[in-house]
Amino acid sequence: MSIFLDKNTKVIVQGITGSEGSYHTGRMVLYGTQIVGGVTPGKGGQRTEHGLPVFNTVRDAVAATGATHTCIFVPPPFAADALLEAHDAGISTAVCITEGIPVHDVLRVVGTTRGMRIIGPNCPGLMSPGKASIGIMPGQVFAEGNVGLISRSGTLTYEVVDQLTRAGFGQSTCVGVGGDPIIGTTFVECLREFANDSQTEALVICGEIGGSDEEDAAAFITEHMPERPIVAFIGGRNAPPGKSLGHAGAIISGSSGTPQSKIAAFERAGVPVAERPSQIPGLLRACMPAAAAAR
Amino acid sequence: MNLMEYQGKELFRRAGIPAPRGTHVRTADEAADFVAQNPGEWVLKAQVLIGGRGKAGGIKFAGAADEARKVANQILGMTIANRQNPQGEVVKSLLIEEKLPILREAYCAIAIDRATRRPIVMASRHGGMDIEEVAQQHPDDIAKFTIEVAIGYSAFIGRELAFEAHLDPHYHKTFPAILAGVYDVFFKYGAKLVEINPLVLTQDGKVFASDAKVELDDDALYKNSELRTWQKSLPLDEDEELAAAAGLGIRNFRRFDGTVGTMANGAGLAMATMDAVRNAGGSFSNFLDVGGGANADLVRSCYELIINNTKAKALFINIFGGITRCDEVAKGIVRALGETQARKVPLVIRLTGTNEEEGRNILARAGMTPVQTMDEGAAQAVSLAA
Repeated sequence: MSIFLDKNTKVIVQGITGSEGSYHTGRMVLYGTQIVGGVTPGKGGQRTEHGLPVFNTVRDAVAATGATHTCIFVPPPFAADALLEAHDAGISTAVCITEGIPVHDVLRVVGTTRGMRIIGPNCPGLMSPGKASIGIMPGQVFAEGNVGLISRSGTLTYEVVDQLTRAGFGQSTCVGVGGDPIIGTTFVECLREFANDSQTEALVICGEIGGSDEEDAAAFITEHMPERPIVAFIGGRNAPPGKSLGHAGAIISGSSGTPQSKIAAFERAGVPVAERPSQIPGLLRACMPAAAAAR
Repeated sequence: MNLMEYQGKELFRRAGIPAPRGTHVRTADEAADFVAQNPGEWVLKAQVLIGGRGKAGGIKFAGAADEARKVANQILGMTIANRQNPQGEVVKSLLIEEKLPILREAYCAIAIDRATRRPIVMASRHGGMDIEEVAQQHPDDIAKFTIEVAIGYSAFIGRELAFEAHLDPHYHKTFPAILAGVYDVFFKYGAKLVEINPLVLTQDGKVFASDAKVELDDDALYKNSELRTWQKSLPLDEDEELAAAAGLGIRNFRRFDGTVGTMANGAGLAMATMDAVRNAGGSFSNFLDVGGGANADLVRSCYELIINNTKAKALFINIFGGITRCDEVAKGIVRALGETQARKVPLVIRLTGTNEEEGRNILARAGMTPVQTMDEGAAQAVSLAA
């Protein structure tokens, strides 16, 4: 098993004929993801360079293909609308890659699309190694295994995954939850899924400054999964207060969102916090049962 | 983007939030003329984005035209600095407002609550104090209500908060309507924060927004051409200006005091790179996320951005090739360094991921030896900058 997607998941791409959408569709297809079509209004009836059918609306695409998941590459002014359309058409999981969506648009969407899981926005997507990928993660650094990973960033995730893979730790599912202040799926919601996933025996949490997602995750771990081997990392320990660095959500506001608070919360939950990404495999090995670490 | 007080109050007026009578001026002559034509007691307030203007002498009173001229001359042109921004900000204009006979000061605001993913309205009877301070000293005195976006604001929310925050009963009648105005500004202009601190109750029982703090969402500015015009009148954050000029997003570059320049692809990796420099015992001169398409032109402009604007004595370039291919980045680095006129500093390059071998070969042919890991690269850059 894996969480959020597996090799049978049927996926459409919203914005499939745009440059980003078409490039990454090719990569997802190559990885083995069941991309069953895409949506570009006005281009319905055409086929993409990969031979995939293009539809005018998500409703048409879902009716014709049975897709349950969507990957959204549309530009920021149209992204909220794309998410609402996906929800209306009965999509169960929407991965939104788009960066720079107005925060009020995101508030409106997450507040009104109950029943649809949104990953992101401003995220690299989902990867269940060996099975499927939705988004823009580079397949070649991943390997299938029993470590789940959740992260607020893109390249830092690849860095951590690369170290895990090289150290012999494969991954069950990697979730890039996104770098914005308001996101559709938080660390806690990912943990809830991972807690019930038979493939996932250990977890890595790549947090960063800003917000309270890490503190909430630590509280959830204490209550619901205290025995699970988990290692954390917090990026931006040396960032100044009041200024966001790259990610809109990576900002210390007053006394909230500081690295000290996040590190302390994880340590209270018995989760070792790596000072640098290179320490993560070693910490994981130390807290995993030998048999599980060898799998 | 933060608005100046006078701009925030313009939005308040449109939403029906009562603000003191007054005018916005740019010269001492205008200030004197206004007071001459409108006899009374006035307060002249420096229009700056930086905090701490009161303590710095940026708020003064005047009761006559010549006094207004004198005070305006003192404030206009002065530089107001604080701990976060030691270079400070020059005062270019003043808001002149009637001096209020203050009986009480309260606080109200609406912001975006990340934890609940909803707008949150807050009220407190400790007006005129920094809300962070109130949160520390009197955490139970801040009344809060999270709003369901699909439903929006309704007057009962204001009534509940006024009681719960123990506001002076004289606030109760107007408070729900004032909060409606605050929500209106928040919603209509896509704000991240709308704050009235203090919300003044006068001795004759009237309520006024005595200050206005409005933080808008940069990502939403495309929706409103008027606000984009206002943006041009605001003092620019120098780092943001430099980032934009170099072809980067405004959040992708920030300067610091250290001596090791850093460049990485992706914000998370760029932050981790700064942390790695600190872990290696050094100090970083900047944050820089070069983004996904690290081509030669962009690498060059980023190199020049760091070298020309920071105290970097060495530069650590940390690239993880995911979608970005290492050979492309390597070509970019070689070309950028060949073309740039900027001063040369020792360079440490870490390249790993997609097409790593090809990338390393390109660098080797140009006489550069990349390092294998982030920790190793940070340590080398720190020792080269020492």
